[in-house]
Amino acid sequence: MGSFQSLPDDHQYRTLSQKTGFSLEQIAILHNRFKQLSQNEETLWRDDLKTIQDLESNPIRSQIIEAFFDSRNFQKDGVGSVEEIGFEEFLTVMSYFRAPPQNITVEQREEMRRAKLRFLFNMHDTDNDGTITLEEYRHVVEELLSRSGALGRETAKGIADAAMLEVASISVGPMAPDEFYEGITFEHFLKILNGVEIEMRMHIHFLNMDATVLCK
Amino acid sequence: GQIISPVMELKMFLLVLGLLVGTGSPDMGSSQGKCSESLVQGPQTQENRTHTTHSKKPFPVLSFGYDYVRLPFEISLWVLLASLMKLGFHLMPRLSSIVPESCLLIVVGLLVGGLIKLVGEAPPVLESNIFFLYLLPPIILDAGYFLPIRQFTENLGTILMFAVVGTLWNAFFVGGLLYGVCQLEGHRLVTVDLLSCLLFGSIISAVDPVAVLAVFEEIHINELLHILVFGESLLNDAVTVVLYHLFEEFSSVGTITVTDVLLGIVCFLVVSLGGIVVGAIYGILAAFTSRFTSHTRVIEPLFVFLYSYMAYLSAEVFHLSGIMALIACGAVMRPYVEANISHKSHTTIKYFLKMWSSVSDTLIFIFLGVSTVAGPHEWNWIFVVATLIFCLVARVLGVVGLTFVINKFRIVKLTSKDQFIIAYGGLRGAIAFSLVYLLNTDHFPKRNMFLTAIITVIFFTVFVQGMTIRPLVDLLAVKKKQETKRSINEEIHTQFLDHLLTGIEDICGHYGHHHWKDKLNRFNKKYVKKCLIAGERSKEPQLIAFYHKMEMKQAIELVESGGGSKLPSAMPSTVSMQNIQPKKPPQDRALPQLSKAREEEIRKILRTNLQRTRQRLRSYNRHTLIADPYEDGWNEILIKRKKMKELEKKISQMNNYLTVPAPPPDSPTIARARLASDPQAWGLKSATESIPSIKVDLASPQSPESVNIVDEIGMKGSQPKVSEEGGGLTMKVPSPTKPRKDQTTDEDNDKEPQQRLMRCLSDPGPAAEEEDEDEPFLH
Repeated sequence: MGSFQSLPDDHQYRTLSQKTGFSLEQIAILHNRFKQLSQNEETLWRDDLKTIQDLESNPIRSQIIEAFFDSRNFQKDGVGSVEEIGFEEFLTVMSYFRAPPQNITVEQREEMRRAKLRFLFNMHDTDNDGTITLEEYRHVVEELLSRSGALGRETAKGIADAAMLEVASISVGPMAPDEFYEGITFEHFLKILNGVEIEMRMHIHFLNMDATVLCK
Repeated sequence: GQIISPVMELKMFLLVLGLLVGTGSPDMGSSQGKCSESLVQGPQTQENRTHTTHSKKPFPVLSFGYDYVRLPFEISLWVLLASLMKLGFHLMPRLSSIVPESCLLIVVGLLVGGLIKLVGEAPPVLESNIFFLYLLPPIILDAGYFLPIRQFTENLGTILMFAVVGTLWNAFFVGGLLYGVCQLEGHRLVTVDLLSCLLFGSIISAVDPVAVLAVFEEIHINELLHILVFGESLLNDAVTVVLYHLFEEFSSVGTITVTDVLLGIVCFLVVSLGGIVVGAIYGILAAFTSRFTSHTRVIEPLFVFLYSYMAYLSAEVFHLSGIMALIACGAVMRPYVEANISHKSHTTIKYFLKMWSSVSDTLIFIFLGVSTVAGPHEWNWIFVVATLIFCLVARVLGVVGLTFVINKFRIVKLTSKDQFIIAYGGLRGAIAFSLVYLLNTDHFPKRNMFLTAIITVIFFTVFVQGMTIRPLVDLLAVKKKQETKRSINEEIHTQFLDHLLTGIEDICGHYGHHHWKDKLNRFNKKYVKKCLIAGERSKEPQLIAFYHKMEMKQAIELVESGGGSKLPSAMPSTVSMQNIQPKKPPQDRALPQLSKAREEEIRKILRTNLQRTRQRLRSYNRHTLIADPYEDGWNEILIKRKKMKELEKKISQMNNYLTVPAPPPDSPTIARARLASDPQAWGLKSATESIPSIKVDLASPQSPESVNIVDEIGMKGSQPKVSEEGGGLTMKVPSPTKPRKDQTTDEDNDKEPQQRLMRCLSDPGPAAEEEDEDEPFLH
C-alpha cells in the first residue's frame, strides 16, 4: 500500500464519504489512483497530473489541471490557487462529477446543479472577479479550437464575440449604445445553460471496480 | 391559403374513387384476382392493335388503348388518392386534432375497399413484396438518415434491451399462452400446434416503426421517449426476422432441438451485425462517392438514395435485417455526405425523403384498410380476444420488468410515466400484417385466422391507442419536445463539457464512456474524415462548422425577412459589439470626438445598407423550403458582412470624423431588366453592385488613421460622387433595388431617393457641428 505515515483508516474514509457522498469502495479506489499519480506521496503536484498520457491530446488540459488546484473548488471558501493538494481536495474536486442520487429532493437537485455549474464557472473565470469577461471567454474558445490547427484566431474571436452577444442579449436585453456589459456573471451563466441539463450530463461513472490495473 | 369547400372536396373524392373502382381490377393484388375490366371491351382494343385487318375499316381517329398504360395509371391513381386524402385531412383541423392521420387513412381504405367490393370486384390486397420492397424502405431511410445519433447512442443499451429481450419475452409469452388457450379451447383450435403459435407470437410482438412514427410524430413527445420507442421499433426487426425464419423452417418438421436454438442465437447475431456491416459498407461507399461530386451537383441526392436502397436489397438477399442495414447506411454516411454536398442537394435529399416516406406511409395505411375488406377472414372470438389481451399484458409486463432492471444502470431513470408511455406506444402495424400474409397456407392452415387476429390487434392499437395517446400525454403532463434553437453558447459549453469529462476520466484512470467516444472522434478526425470529405472541410472542427452554419442560417433568415430593419433574433440589434468591447481610454487629441450618438448612427447606417443589399429572393412556397441562392453568392455575402463588421470596429476606435462617398444608385428599370433575365445569378450580381463602396477618408491632416475598403462596385462603372459642402463630403447610398416581380408592398421604402447621411465637418469647434446634419436618413 505504500509508505504512508498515516494509513487511511475507516474513520477517515467515513468522514470523507459523508462529506463528498462517495461510497467507501469508491473512496478506496480513488485513493489508490491518487497514490499512483502522486507516486506514493501525500500530496499531488501539477506535474504529477501532467504525466498522464491520455491527457496530452485534450485541448483544455491546462484548465482541467488548474481546476484541481483552485481553492474555490475545495468548498472551504478559499481563493487563489495552491501548488499542491492532498487527497481530501482531490476527492472534493472529483465529487463534482458524481451523478445525482436517485431519491433526492428538488432543492437538493437544484443545489447540486448550482454546485456543478459553479465549478464550470470557476474554470472559466480565471481571475476570480466573479465575471467571465470577453477576454476570458475568447480564451476558452481559443483553447477549444487549439487542437484543430491554425484556423485563425479571428474565427475564434468571432465565435466568442457572437456567443458573448448572445449572452448579453439573453441576460440583459436591449442595451443603449453606451452601456457596457461587464461580463457573464454567475446568474447569467445559469440562465444560458438552462437548456443543458447539467446535473445529468456532468457525471462520470465511478465504478465500484478497481480500475487501476487497466490504466497506464 | 385557399379554402376548398367540403362539397368540392367530396366531389374530388368521389371522382377519384369512381375512377379507381371503375378500373378497379386487382393488378396490385394477388394474382388470383379476377381480371375483368368493365370499361375496356375486347374487340375494340384488338382492332386498334393489329396491323392486318380482314376488311378495310376507316382510319381510327380516336382510339382507346387502356391496357398499354394500365399499371402505371393505376399506381398513379392510388398515389393520387392517397395524397388527396392527406390534403383533405389537413384542411379539416378539428378532425385532424382529435384523430391521428393513420386512423383516418385506414377508414378511407375501408371505404374504398368496401366500394370496390360493392361493385363486385375483388379489392387489391397489400402484396407483401410490394410492401417490403417499395413501400417500407423510404420510411426507414427517412428515419435512419435523420436519426439523432447522439441520443440514440446514449440510450443504446436501453433500446437494445427493449428491442431484443422485450420482443423475445413478448413472443414467447403470447405464443405460449395462446397455445395453452388453443389446447384448452377444444375442437376448433386444437389443431394449432405450438410452433405455429410461437410463430404467430413472434410476428405480432414486434413494435412497428411505421405506426410508431405516424402516431408519435403528432404528439411531440420529449426526445428521450421518442428515441426509446422508435429505436426499439427499428432494432427489433432483427429479432423478428430470426424468429420468423426459425419457426417457419421448423414448423414443417414439428420439433425444435437445442442445437436449433443455439443456431438461432448465432443466426440472430449474424442477421443483426451482418445487416449493420452491409449498411455501413454502403454508407462509406456513398460518403466516398460524394467526395467527388463537386462538379455534378445535380445527381448528388441520387447517390444517397441509390446506395441506401442497394444496402437494403443486398441485406435482403442474404436474409439479413434490411431495416438495420438501411439505418446503418443512413447514419454512417450522413456526416460525411453533408460535409460534401451542396446546400441545394441537402434540401433535395431532405424533401425527397420526406415526400416518399409520407406517400409510402399513407399508402400503407390505406391498403391496410382495403386489405381488411378483402379478407380472407376467419373470425374466432376466443383466439382474437385472447391474442389482444395477451399482447397488451405482455407489453406492460415486459416494459415494467425491463425498466426495473435497466434503471439500475441508467443515470436518468425511467419514471413510471415514462414506462406507461413506452408500453402504450407499442403499436403494431403493417409489417406484422405482411409477414402473416406471406405465410404458406399449406403449412399453416389457420393462416386466415391469424390474419384476422393480427388485423384486429393492429386496428386496436392504431385506433384506440393512437387516438387516446395524445390526451393521455396531456393528462399525465409528460414532458414535450423542446423547440429551442441550439445556441452557440450551448454548443461551446457542450463541447467544453465533453472534453472536461474525458479529462476527468483520464485522471480517474478508468476508461469510461467518454474516453472511448473521444478516441473514436479523434480516429474519425484523423483518418476517416480525410478520406471521405473533400477538400478543406475535412479539417474544420465542429465548433467552427456549427458557427458557419449558424451564420448561414442568419443570413438566409435575414434575406427571407425581406432585408428590413429587423435583424434575426440571434444577433439582436439591441446589443452590439460596442457594448461588450472594453472601452478604450479616451485618446488625447486636439480634434473633437464623435459623439456616441453619432457613432451609433454611422453604425446603424452601415448595417442597414448591408441589409438592403440582401434582396428578398423569391422563395418557393413550400413549408420550410427556402430559396436557395446560388451558393457562391452566400459566401460572398458572408465575407462582405465580416468586412462590414471590421469596419464598424475600426470606426468605433476612431475618434475622428469620417467622410464617405458613395456611388449613385441604379435606376429601377436597369435593375428590373437585370433581374428579369437571370433569376438565379442575379443574387450574386446585385449583392456586389449595391453594396456601397465606402471609402473613408479623413480630411484632417492631423489624423493618422484612415480606413480603406475594397471598392466592390467598380465593375458597373459607377463613380463616387463627391460633393463638397463646407469642407465635408456626403455619403450617398444607392437606393435599394428590389425585384419588382411580385412584391409591391415594399416599394414605398425602395423608391426613396438617395439618402444623405450625415456630414461630418472638419470643424475645430466642438459644439457647432451637432445640429447641422442631423437629418433623418432612414425610414
